[in-house]
Amino acid sequence: MSTLTGTAHDALSSACEDVREGRPDDAVDGVPVGLVARPGTTEQVAEVMRAAAAHRLTVVPRGRGTKLTWGLPPTSADVLVDLSAMDRVLDHAAGDLIVEAQAGTRLADLQEVVGQGGQRLVIDETVPGASVGGALASNASGPQRMLVGTARDLLIGITVVRADGVVAKAGGRVVKNVAGYDLGKLMIGSFGTLAVVTEALFRLHPVPEVRRWVSVPVADPARAHDLAQAVVHGQTVPGALEVDWPADGPGRLTVEYGGRPDGVEGRVGTARALLGGDASVSADEPDGWSSYPWRAGETGLKLTFVLSGLRDVLAAARDVGAAVRGSAGTGVVYAALGTPDDVPAALDRLRAVCARHRGSAVVVDAPAEVKRAVDVWGPVPGLDLMRRVKDQFDPEHRLAPGRFVGGI
Amino acid sequence: MVTEVQHSGSPRPAGPREGALAAVTARARELVPGPGVITDRAKLRTYECDGLAHYRVTPALVVIPEDAAQLAGVVRACAEHGVPYVARGSGTGLSGGALPHADGVLVVTSRMRAIREVRPEDQRAVVEPGVINLDVTRAATPHGYYYAPDPSSQQVCSIGGNVAENSGGAHCLKYGFTTNHVLGAELVTPQGELVEIGGAAPDAPGYDLLGAVVGSEGTLGVVTSSTVRLVRLPEEVRTILVGFESTDQAGAAVSAIIAAGVLPAAIEMMDALAIEAAEAAVHCNYPAGAGAVLVIELDGAAVEVAEEYAEVERLCREAGAFEQRLATDPVDRALIWKGRKSAFAAVGRISPDYIVQDGVIPRTALPEVLKAIADLSGTSGVRVANVFHAGDGNLHPLVLFDESVEGAAEAAEEVSGAILDLCIQHGGSITGEHGVGMDKAKYMPKMYAADDLDTMQLVRCAFDPDGISNPGKIFPTPRLCGEVPGRRKGVHPLQEAGLAEAF
Repeated sequence: MSTLTGTAHDALSSACEDVREGRPDDAVDGVPVGLVARPGTTEQVAEVMRAAAAHRLTVVPRGRGTKLTWGLPPTSADVLVDLSAMDRVLDHAAGDLIVEAQAGTRLADLQEVVGQGGQRLVIDETVPGASVGGALASNASGPQRMLVGTARDLLIGITVVRADGVVAKAGGRVVKNVAGYDLGKLMIGSFGTLAVVTEALFRLHPVPEVRRWVSVPVADPARAHDLAQAVVHGQTVPGALEVDWPADGPGRLTVEYGGRPDGVEGRVGTARALLGGDASVSADEPDGWSSYPWRAGETGLKLTFVLSGLRDVLAAARDVGAAVRGSAGTGVVYAALGTPDDVPAALDRLRAVCARHRGSAVVVDAPAEVKRAVDVWGPVPGLDLMRRVKDQFDPEHRLAPGRFVGGI
Repeated sequence: MVTEVQHSGSPRPAGPREGALAAVTARARELVPGPGVITDRAKLRTYECDGLAHYRVTPALVVIPEDAAQLAGVVRACAEHGVPYVARGSGTGLSGGALPHADGVLVVTSRMRAIREVRPEDQRAVVEPGVINLDVTRAATPHGYYYAPDPSSQQVCSIGGNVAENSGGAHCLKYGFTTNHVLGAELVTPQGELVEIGGAAPDAPGYDLLGAVVGSEGTLGVVTSSTVRLVRLPEEVRTILVGFESTDQAGAAVSAIIAAGVLPAAIEMMDALAIEAAEAAVHCNYPAGAGAVLVIELDGAAVEVAEEYAEVERLCREAGAFEQRLATDPVDRALIWKGRKSAFAAVGRISPDYIVQDGVIPRTALPEVLKAIADLSGTSGVRVANVFHAGDGNLHPLVLFDESVEGAAEAAEEVSGAILDLCIQHGGSITGEHGVGMDKAKYMPKMYAADDLDTMQLVRCAFDPDGISNPGKIFPTPRLCGEVPGRRKGVHPLQEAGLAEAF
């Protein structure tokens, strides 16, 4: 890359053995990468960050690269810090229900390790191959967010490397801990703009003995709304309540239950009574479970709202021709729009509906032309405070510049 | 053992400081109606401490605003004149987090007590900071909902204080802490601006500022309204009181329950001395001769609870339980909880003075740490009663002493501190729910490296660069926010040569 001097290259190479020139397929949402550094330890990440700081290079962290097109493209990516070599589960303390892993560890690999002890990290793998660090940076969530929440409810300790190369930890190895600021929560969903996450500790949950999915077709948004309300105000303690509504077909509500055999059977029975005669039960995940409704090249939106807004949000999504899938039980659904030209008007409409129901509409993933044409993040309250946080952590604005809200 | 806390820092000339305070007082009188502004020395003294009564500081001014606009106006005046302020809810905190500042304003939220909204259809309530924790549940219960975080002081503690301290409670094993139940807040920044952070819907875009604010002990601003999650009341609740001969047996039962994949709403343990105190105070009629009791609560769908109960009953029996009592109706359940919930105060029956400690260890270290605490007690002669949230390893050792005996208070302090050292050695925390406050700031460097604390304080500098919001709490050494450089024009020669870090 012409922007990088030989000195900078040398500095990075002395910080980390595995440094190479960026290739076209390293590009971050279309933005070419100068150098790719692939450190193997937190200390090496720190060395890389110090070298980048000394040469004032911009840095974009990458876990497994499955969601690099989310958010806005960075304004510059001199160095890509590739965390795929940091792929180890460091500790699974089954008796304490915790796991510690490096940021580049694939979620699936982590689940396999803790699964051997009958445990699981209740973060859905919404994109195949996703890493722990990428899931944190993007705050990705799936159906099971209804059960125990999202990454912010499960992350108990974190190690990060700051823009200046300082290594810092927050939280710890115990779930209950109120000593000091909860930096982990600040990092979640920050798109790599505050620091590079290198290690994370999570709280685990037991794998349920059995799981069942109770599914019912819904003809219109009002019906979906009423059934969803019946389920959330019922006492069956669902693990997930999903809506799935293709742009051109009938919708479907699915409730998931996990637990002990007799308990699940009883709860499923109650759910069937709530959902009516059309409800069917399956021992397998339905198609599309824990995945987003958009295909490559389409525009993906995240719509949030309070539960009483479900009817209106679904109706608006139908009107604009969007396919919808997501958590009807928590008020977080995803929408897919096919034709780029339709996106600006559809987004305006959905944003207004979500705002009326105290939520927001964010463009998660979209072709470059769409991102240029719309306000990807939408209005963000508290933006001034967010900028001040950014200025403290990364005063030179070298970390994933421009990817986040308000140009952060 | 009362400590008049001296604020460190170079003494400033009295004139300007008093002038600044006078200006803030004048502004407060304009904003807040008569009785809400207190300057009378005797009345000020009634606010000299929070729930941790051995630290006492009389504030220079007390303001009790009626709404967010008044509160923000007072904070704005503080910012303008460089006067520190401390927010206080019900004053029940146990770490000195709401200890006043001698030259500052104590902002009391006790008149901001409106529950603005209860929305069962959205599973949300919107409450002002002075609202009592239990009142949120009382307002939600007719709709079939409740507010899950339940600190022992829930009949008197305020939501604002809970938000500041990220309060837990017995049921956080399953349901989490305040931070998991607050989704949005209106925050008065240390500049006196009113800002909305988070929101009623999940996953508000942008940084999770709320996640940083909840549990920041009033050092990042004052929350004037919180949007909280309401949780569906469970179909069935079963509370089990289990008697064991020893804490080792009880601890083994806890491990077995967790290993079996059961996640009870609560698992509480009390040892023999704590049981003795509770019996003396509230006659809770716990199993006679027990070396330890567990209070286990299962809740959820009735069919699921029935299955879990059968398993828990069996696991306790196998671990050596000699008595198990099951309660399902609210009155019987309350009787079981009475002994546990009264435990702190009950210790007053068996000891004239005591320290309530709060530390966390990984649950699996429980037997080892309890033995170490017993050894500490044995060698020092200081009695320690143990009450704890066994499910999540949150210990509340009650360190007993008699202040009238010379040196006893110091010996108790030493044992209490040594227990925190044990927690740190085992990879735990110096506080699970009471907060760092004034009391534990000195332990922070034992738990975190200097760089960790420095990084946390970057957040402080973003919110409160002048350090006027509850100064002196959490961090033993404040970071000078002015140190952070802006964008530099040239590169330092040492940096260029690769010999120095950028900052």
